[in-house]
Amino acid sequence: MKYLYYPGCSLKGTGRAYEESWLEVSKALGVELEEIEDWNCCGSTPYMGVDEVKSLALAGRNFALAERQGGMDIIAPCSACYLSLNKTNHVLNDYPELRAKVDSALGSAGLKYSGRIKVRHPLDVILNDVGVDKVKKLVKKPLGLKLAAYYGCQITRPYSDFDDPVRPVSMDKLMEAAGAKPVPYSMKTKCCGGSITGTVPEAALELACSLLKEAVKRGADAMVTPCPLCQFNLDGYQDRISKKYGKTEMPVLYFTQALGLAFGISPEKLGINRCLASAEKILEISR
Amino acid sequence: MNLNDKISDKAPARIGFYICHCGTNIAGALDVPAVRDYVAKMPGVIVARDYKYMCSDPGQELLGKDITEHKLNRIVVASCSPLLHENTFRKALEKAGLNPFYFQMVNIREHVAWVHTDKPGATRKAKDLCSAAVRRVKFHKFLEKKKVPYHPDVLVVGAGIAGIQAALTMANAGKKVYLVEREPSIGGHMAMFDKTFPTLDCAACILTPKMSAVKSHPNITLWTYSEVAKTEGSAGNFKVTVKRKPRYVKEELCVGCNDCIDNCVFKEPKFADEFNMGLGKRKPVYMPFPQATPHVALIDAETCLHFKTGKCKQSCAEACDRKAIDFNQKEEIKEIQVGTLLLATGFEVFDAAKDPYYGYGVHPGVYTSLEIERLVNASGPTNGEIVLRDGRKPKSVGIIHCVGSRDAKTNKWCSRVCCMYSLKLAHLIKEHTGAEVYNFYIDMRTPGKMYEEFYDRLLEEGVHFVRGRVSEVSDFAMSPEEEGKLILRAEDTLAGFVRRVPVDMVVLSTGLTPKKDSQTVARLFNIGRSPEGFFQERHPKLAPVNTFTDGIFIAGCCQGPKDIPDTVAQAGAAAAEALALIDKAYIELEPDTAFVVEDTCSGCKSCVPLCPYTAVSFDEVKKKAVINETLCKGCGTCVAACPSGSIKQNLFEDEQIFSEIEGVLTND
Amino acid sequence: MRIEEKVKRESRRDPEFARWVRSVAGGEDIRRCIQCGACSSACQLSSYMDYTPRRIINLAREGFKKEVLGSFTIWLCASCYACRAQCPKEIKITDIMYALKRRAIREGTYPARFPTAVMAKEFANMIFSRGRVTENYLVTMLFLKTNWFKFLGMSRLGLGLLRAGRMSFFPDSVKNRSEIKTILNAVDGK
Repeated sequence: MKYLYYPGCSLKGTGRAYEESWLEVSKALGVELEEIEDWNCCGSTPYMGVDEVKSLALAGRNFALAERQGGMDIIAPCSACYLSLNKTNHVLNDYPELRAKVDSALGSAGLKYSGRIKVRHPLDVILNDVGVDKVKKLVKKPLGLKLAAYYGCQITRPYSDFDDPVRPVSMDKLMEAAGAKPVPYSMKTKCCGGSITGTVPEAALELACSLLKEAVKRGADAMVTPCPLCQFNLDGYQDRISKKYGKTEMPVLYFTQALGLAFGISPEKLGINRCLASAEKILEISR
Repeated sequence: MNLNDKISDKAPARIGFYICHCGTNIAGALDVPAVRDYVAKMPGVIVARDYKYMCSDPGQELLGKDITEHKLNRIVVASCSPLLHENTFRKALEKAGLNPFYFQMVNIREHVAWVHTDKPGATRKAKDLCSAAVRRVKFHKFLEKKKVPYHPDVLVVGAGIAGIQAALTMANAGKKVYLVEREPSIGGHMAMFDKTFPTLDCAACILTPKMSAVKSHPNITLWTYSEVAKTEGSAGNFKVTVKRKPRYVKEELCVGCNDCIDNCVFKEPKFADEFNMGLGKRKPVYMPFPQATPHVALIDAETCLHFKTGKCKQSCAEACDRKAIDFNQKEEIKEIQVGTLLLATGFEVFDAAKDPYYGYGVHPGVYTSLEIERLVNASGPTNGEIVLRDGRKPKSVGIIHCVGSRDAKTNKWCSRVCCMYSLKLAHLIKEHTGAEVYNFYIDMRTPGKMYEEFYDRLLEEGVHFVRGRVSEVSDFAMSPEEEGKLILRAEDTLAGFVRRVPVDMVVLSTGLTPKKDSQTVARLFNIGRSPEGFFQERHPKLAPVNTFTDGIFIAGCCQGPKDIPDTVAQAGAAAAEALALIDKAYIELEPDTAFVVEDTCSGCKSCVPLCPYTAVSFDEVKKKAVINETLCKGCGTCVAACPSGSIKQNLFEDEQIFSEIEGVLTND
Repeated sequence: MRIEEKVKRESRRDPEFARWVRSVAGGEDIRRCIQCGACSSACQLSSYMDYTPRRIINLAREGFKKEVLGSFTIWLCASCYACRAQCPKEIKITDIMYALKRRAIREGTYPARFPTAVMAKEFANMIFSRGRVTENYLVTMLFLKTNWFKFLGMSRLGLGLLRAGRMSFFPDSVKNRSEIKTILNAVDGK
């Protein structure tokens, strides 16, 4: 199983732990990754609001490089990248005028993209290509935790085709396989505030707060997420949320970190220490 | 000179060409005089005219006058669809003494004017089509319509209110009616309702007299728990095969005393009761509902201990004085001859679980409207008490309109009845429980006699109306007042902000959809469906109960969502249309049928199995294929298949088709 | 409270703007809207918007350009696509919001110093020069250009990130910076 790997900017910055844990877990699962050489920004969420064609062309360059590297399926762990790349495929397909503009921009740098590369998410790959059985076999330290699986928005809609857009279950299944107990959590795909949490916290902080509070109410020991921005909002802003809305304590892990712990990989290798909200409790229970 | 005989097939063609403006429908989209002048120059064309409305009396008279004055023997009219006016013009020919089949119609309205915006292009296409018709009509031959007797008996499929009404109307007119119903009892959805809008009269009170009338009518043969398996033939002469499922209770012996049910080895009802939407329980042997017609018990083989294990002591059979229980009953096949079919197969309620946002099947407090109908009903599972699944009385209820309606993700159409029944349920719920009731609607649609007045009444009763589509039903509480409740979130679009309304009970006003097997049924009867899957009427305004197959009529919700008054009216209309056909006592067959040229037929039989209407048979004495004109629909399959070219079809002979193709391809 | 006239005269409508909205990718179905409000209700941020998404759609398709481009609504959209997923007429509302943001930036009609708009522009600048984004640099630029006090308020979070090794001291970059510039310039016809 060989894939191209598109990390995206967040996984090299604030979402570093996601990359660390994902690489560990993919190694354990036998998912072979080849990073797209000299990849650039996916053309992400804010860029779409500035210039549509440029945003598509940026994504287009990544695809063009990927095609040069063999054109295998691309794995994009960051939700925003997953969406931007998928969206580009859809837009290029649906709007020939935009396609022509993007083709000519890429052409000016001697690049070409056929429009046919598939963009996948680690959840999709682990569940559908690797299979739950293999995950179960690798589990050395069953988690024994109660987890709220929070999926966020951009991997579930509007382009995702590997899970239900309203009541997704893929991550719950994986966590179950890792010996954890997913709690019923109705906020699975509610918006965490996205980048608005950074720019207009007076409006968006409440969203992250309700996600955390509901997880507490459902008796979760921790939350797991597949998105660096969700993790950042829920984890990084937790002390501000506590100050504004009352004490909230909830470790927020990447689902890959949780899987890694179950596989017996050391917490250091998985970047658990990079959580701002204390994950001590988790480590204690999982030990 | 008498033109109306076969000799004139060979006479040189004298063609009259008429192009219709259809007001501005055609004249606005293409250059009518240019087309007229183009055709006027064609060989054989004696007269070429344009006229504002060819279908009008003066238009038809113009045609007749020209036939006499100019001794025309072929006519081409370029106007609308032949479906609308082919007959009109054929009659005009006949009136002027010309065989009506020396005629060809060109559809330049639906095929040209209404589908093109480029005027020169449209004009060119019209010229091509008209030139094709002029070339073809030269080869038209003298033809006659054949008359065959029309069987007076009728089959009505489906015994909801539509089927019941239609069957009674025709039976009262003295016709023999077979009424076939899939379920064990007649009554359909209407039998499940509590009250009916806007009058709030009890559904059972107005329906059950009609149900009994069906049962006791000497002209009606009622077969419940039965399905049509096969139909053959055509208008006036259908042969229908009906499958009668075993109910393991002899209908002619059972008096509906319930002794078998009382004595079933299952002491308590244990299985989900279909009639009560699974809110109540029944035993394996059961009566569908108290007013079930026929009032005969039945045994469900899926749950009955005898059928499942073979080890039941059969106490039901023992308890029956009349020995009506028969575990060996088998499926029964009935074959009947009828002239007319009337389909009233009804609708299905949208499956609320398909909408992921409203939590049906996830939150126990979420109900469908049909479930509430059963809860409010005095003979329902709670004897008319509106209570939640845990027995609590709801203090607040939210009714969500347009669930599975007006939604591109599920069904695009408006289901027409939900606004009114939601108002009715709001009234009943408030009356029964005193709860605060909220209606969440997108648009309030109350067109109908006394309907708007009913809405006024509800407004005055203090029911809340929020104009906005609910985005979700959740159990996520954001404040103490929301704890333990279901929260409905919607924009109050009239106020311009989003509201969160916590309630105990949610009612989903589910829309009406085609039956799951509507495609199979449409194929079974050889009728069409509109894109969303309801049966297609012949014309949405002018032939609403006819189908494209003669002798088959439709009524009620199988044609599209409608309320009870409209359903009953449509059923009456369908019955009247059927009676008109039956009382004429014969049917004229279109002459565009296939025929065998015996001289060249080699008797290879390739055509025989291909005919979808079983019209082709083989004459073992002559060793030739034979086509039954009465059964032939003129589909042309056998014509195309015959390896020796020995099957031809009237109005579609080779020279006619080839000259038509030439006409389309030869342009200036 | 100021008393002011709320009537909008027909001359306030800009039909050209309405036509433009219909012409953008995603705007083609805007006329199908039945104003049911499912978008507003699905939107987690609509509680803070001056116009709900439904009202923006209605104003945009009618051509009330000033109201639309001057609203906070488009800058509060977090692109979570909940509106689009729920729209019963399958209107691509999120894409319309993007188009409105682009137009507002182009015309300079966004609310002054509103951080979302500033961030979008800073984001674009950073990509143009480096091809990748380094979040802490971006955030620093953002607050320097909008609100100094907020930046100070963020220091705790910043320290935390620093300690957890989630801050980058050197901005990340692609190797082939000139290729990025060539592509982006080509879009502008340069």
